[in-house]
Amino acid sequence: MHIPDGFLDAKTAVASAVLSAVGVGMALRQARKTLPARRVPMLGLAAAFVFAAQMLNFPVAGGTSGHLIGATLVAVLLGPGAAVIALTAVLVVQCFLFNDGGLTALGANIFNMAIVATLVGYGVYRLVRRFVPGQRGLILAAAFAGWCSTVVAAISCAGQLAVSGTVPWSVSFPAMAGVHMLIGIGEGLITALVILAIVRLRADLLDDEAVAVAAMPVTAFVGFGLVAALGLALFVSPFACKWPDGLEKVAATLGFEHHAIEKPLLAAPIPDYALPGIGSAVVATALTGVIGTVVVFGLSLLLARVLIPHPTLESR
Amino acid sequence: MHHDFLDRYSRLDSPIHRLPTALKLALALIFVFVTVALPLSVRDWFIGLTITLIGVVALSRIPWLFLLKRLLFLEPFVLGMAVLTLFQPNGVRVFATIFVRSTLCLLTMVLLSNTTPFSAILKVLRRVRVPALFITTLALMYRYLFVLVDEAERMHRARASRTFTRETSRVHLWHALGTVIGQLFVRSTERAERIYAAMCARGWR
Repeated sequence: MHIPDGFLDAKTAVASAVLSAVGVGMALRQARKTLPARRVPMLGLAAAFVFAAQMLNFPVAGGTSGHLIGATLVAVLLGPGAAVIALTAVLVVQCFLFNDGGLTALGANIFNMAIVATLVGYGVYRLVRRFVPGQRGLILAAAFAGWCSTVVAAISCAGQLAVSGTVPWSVSFPAMAGVHMLIGIGEGLITALVILAIVRLRADLLDDEAVAVAAMPVTAFVGFGLVAALGLALFVSPFACKWPDGLEKVAATLGFEHHAIEKPLLAAPIPDYALPGIGSAVVATALTGVIGTVVVFGLSLLLARVLIPHPTLESR
Repeated sequence: MHHDFLDRYSRLDSPIHRLPTALKLALALIFVFVTVALPLSVRDWFIGLTITLIGVVALSRIPWLFLLKRLLFLEPFVLGMAVLTLFQPNGVRVFATIFVRSTLCLLTMVLLSNTTPFSAILKVLRRVRVPALFITTLALMYRYLFVLVDEAERMHRARASRTFTRETSRVHLWHALGTVIGQLFVRSTERAERIYAAMCARGWR
């Protein structure tokens, strides 16, 4: 999901860089205020942990292998603010050291994988946990949240590619969302297995006390949510419905609209992205998405049942 | 694992390596932005950019073979996304454009990371007022990345040496991987606690 250089146009790159800067800035400010000093090294270690964990491949069908993305896992373990910082560090190091993900696309990559993935993962996790208590709830929430965060981050990435005019939405959305609906299953499964392992090794790391330290005040979470929602509105909503293209409007008012036109990065191949039949295609994909979500929720439920055979045991 | 598998040549001695980090960083930034923003119709520019990059490679004394391997290793990530551009009218041209652009940017970034130690980049970031907490996070991550990758590999090897069956079932593999990653997180947490104690003992804050 790392976007390389050359795939985004100026307005998309700038918009996502600004959004990420605001999001990461908020996370840093909140961490400086509320993170206890003894947890500060954990941010760097968590980032190194994500990097190391991404090197461990697991087998997927057909001889291919995948690896953990880790946004949901870190958000569940350390809270969303710390997770945003740790994953941003991972992406910065991957860009500068590993050359994975472009420099001009760094803002977009941080937005998708550090901000959107973390917030969606954490939000879904808390929501599911509220309704399903106990260890089964933990597994179910972690698995489902891992899947959701991967898919939404991929959709945001597809939106950025389409807004840039690089890949038409009718291609980027089904391709990115479809592939990541499959990858997300692995992500959810491995997230749940890791959480289960940590519960068995050091349950105190997931205790109420640790979570209370990690939990985020509602106002801060609303702020984060706004940043993510604004980005998704800019990158995805122009295609999902017939709203005016917010980003184009902003670009026009800021005056770098004709910049984008004068130097047609790729001479927008489909004027205004209006492909014939796109409406019905989007509805069809949306429907598939809803069905997929329900199926994955069912699978997560099954996983929780298999992994935690006797929910009554834990109450003893 | 080789500890220098990422930026193996960043500490060589060459005219390029001796340039001030801030300058190199700024030049790389300008280079990438120009490459991304230029319309492909100005072909002379692209040829100029390519020749400049090749000149930098020659001056920097980084082995050609290493650069080639690095590019070939990273190119699939670019291609994976570039394939999506083919499915549109005029797709082949878009694909070619993006491919040329991304490859040039990739070469620039590979050169930057192999002529500049990461700690030097961190110093520049500190000078341009990136928040201290984030710099600390990046520095600690860079320091412990190799330690944790080694640790992960050691745990993987230890498990492999205790598991005699060649064909383990997939369920088993996944379970084992979950445990390895979980254990890695627990060890990272414990290491972070020790690091904090050591930092305090040395007068941090």
